[in-house]
Amino acid sequence: MIVAEPKPIKEILEMVKDYNKILVLGCKGCVTVCNVGGTKEAAILASTLKIAARKNGKKIEVEEHTLERQCDPEYVDEVKDMIDDYDAIISIACGVGPQFLSERYPTARVFPGVNTKFMGGAVEHGVWSERCAGCGQCVVHHFGGLCPIARCSKSLLNGPCGGSSNGKCEISQDVDCIWDIIVRKMTELGRLEELLEFMPPKSWITARDGGPRRLIREELVI
Amino acid sequence: MSEYKSGSNLEKVLKAGHFAFTGECGPPLGANVEHLKEKAGHLKGCVDAVNVTDNQTAVVRMSSWAASLILLQEGLEPNFQMVCRDRNRLAIQSDILGVYSHGIRNMLCLSGDHQRFGNHPEAKNVFDIDSMQLIYTVKTMRDEGTFLNGQDIDVPPELFIGAASNPFAEPFEFRVHRLAKKIAAGADFIQTQCIYNMDRFREFMKRAVDMGLHEKCYILAGVTPMKSVGMARYMAKQVPGMDVPAPLIKRLQGAGKGKVAGEGIKFAIEQIEEFKEMEGVAGVHLMAIEWEHRVPEISELAGMLPRPKV
Amino acid sequence: MSDNFRPKIVAFYCSNCASSAANVAEGMDKALPDNVKMVQVPCTGRLEILHLLKPFEEGADGVYVAGCQEDSCQYVTGITKAAKRVAYVKNTLEQLDIEPERINIYNLSAGKGQAFVDVALEMNDRVRELGPVLSE
Repeated sequence: MIVAEPKPIKEILEMVKDYNKILVLGCKGCVTVCNVGGTKEAAILASTLKIAARKNGKKIEVEEHTLERQCDPEYVDEVKDMIDDYDAIISIACGVGPQFLSERYPTARVFPGVNTKFMGGAVEHGVWSERCAGCGQCVVHHFGGLCPIARCSKSLLNGPCGGSSNGKCEISQDVDCIWDIIVRKMTELGRLEELLEFMPPKSWITARDGGPRRLIREELVI
Repeated sequence: MSEYKSGSNLEKVLKAGHFAFTGECGPPLGANVEHLKEKAGHLKGCVDAVNVTDNQTAVVRMSSWAASLILLQEGLEPNFQMVCRDRNRLAIQSDILGVYSHGIRNMLCLSGDHQRFGNHPEAKNVFDIDSMQLIYTVKTMRDEGTFLNGQDIDVPPELFIGAASNPFAEPFEFRVHRLAKKIAAGADFIQTQCIYNMDRFREFMKRAVDMGLHEKCYILAGVTPMKSVGMARYMAKQVPGMDVPAPLIKRLQGAGKGKVAGEGIKFAIEQIEEFKEMEGVAGVHLMAIEWEHRVPEISELAGMLPRPKV
Repeated sequence: MSDNFRPKIVAFYCSNCASSAANVAEGMDKALPDNVKMVQVPCTGRLEILHLLKPFEEGADGVYVAGCQEDSCQYVTGITKAAKRVAYVKNTLEQLDIEPERINIYNLSAGKGQAFVDVALEMNDRVRELGPVLSE
């Protein structure tokens, strides 16, 4: 899923300080699963904004609404009759949401309520970890199913580097050295020789480096 | 504090009020130093400074700082170009210190063509900072004497800061504002993209002058003489942000066999003559791509010789 | 602060421990301040962040949660979860420049009727001192 975290409330308050009719727009996709942008969190943010207004003696109207997904025009359309009633929209979807909203409703003032972090998963309750860098040409099978592009701080394809120590990355004791994990796993599986092969420079043309990406699947285009 | 920001020849020429004339020289596609020296030799005495391109069109060449040093040794003043595509802010700042230490005094700050145009399209790009921020970086290093992180620099680099402007890219309305932003970020001089659409450039300059930008910064008009009809067509169709009007292509076609290059030079001379009179234009940047040997002739015909000594 | 400020306080109390304490308190004839609105919940672990925010949104000046001891929670981790959510709301209040002391959590035991009343009085005193939420 796409993992996000809430923006500090102070930052959100600063963004919308000149607006009195605010719509908090949640998304039932990834951000609901990572507890940052669903129905529940939309209600929490709306309530927090109202408490802030109360504290400052300000009169504001805050409503909340949660779309099935904000990355799909069909669902973004759902709010077309209500969008003009608000002078600010706070989207708590991933970075796609505010953009789909801004594109569909050009005059709306749309603000991001979360910071989109990475593609990853929940490793335990309340803890998420990055797994995919979206390079556009998956190679995890070369590394025991683990991705050094997303998980090595230097994205080394021929790791580990000299900074690997006690299974940790040189950047922080909190960061596992994925190459340590890869090497251990492949050793245990008796497949170490696969790692002995030189991995040539990768083509990043399919990654973000090749420019903004777009995917067309003709069999699905109507 | 000296009256100059860098004391480069280009800065002195511009400050003295002369109509500046800069040239360009692409480093070799290898370590062929002799070839570079030969190309650069044609420019000697013809121009005030020579731009040394940095992996131009994203094609790997000898590094621009190294080629700049060779030019310096040859008695030419380099205008060291740097693009943001290939280095992060660490490399950028250390290269700035490096070139300054070796006597380079002009630097042109660019974003850089995307590597998809070049010969290593599979490369990662950096773009850690953009050209606007690069200008700001050099200015911060020079005027504040600090790195981007605020730490003091032990002997800051004093460079004459250049930036590029393309009056022909879209959206046209915003181009002059972007120029203003670059000047505000710290650009001392501007070299424009090659100009072929004179109407559009006149309009652009009028707007720049109305905003008073020519008083804050030296604007050098970019000129690249057309060598052939094919080149004109290629530039018109294939080079992004290039505006080659159809009448110019027609004019070149009309020159007849063997006379196209001459016609191209003639047009360039006409342009230069107009730029000399155009309000806000402080000089010309001549990009005679792989035509360095024609530069003396063009300089002579354009009445740019001899170059002033300041 | 004006002396006649009567804060609105909402108390969420656990139906297992604190509620027995409440019964004991009643038996002891100990009265709670009448500006404290008591809301009984089956387990404080079921209190969501939104439940803790809503009273502030609706006009409360203080909120507290009265639940089990950490080591003897009826539903094992209910009170621990509640403590984390109270901490979250404290942080939210702080970011809004509202005193985080306006929300608190107390660990009670079934038999301690006096404590049940004491926390209400303590919160009442504390919030009275802080005054209304509205900035001057």
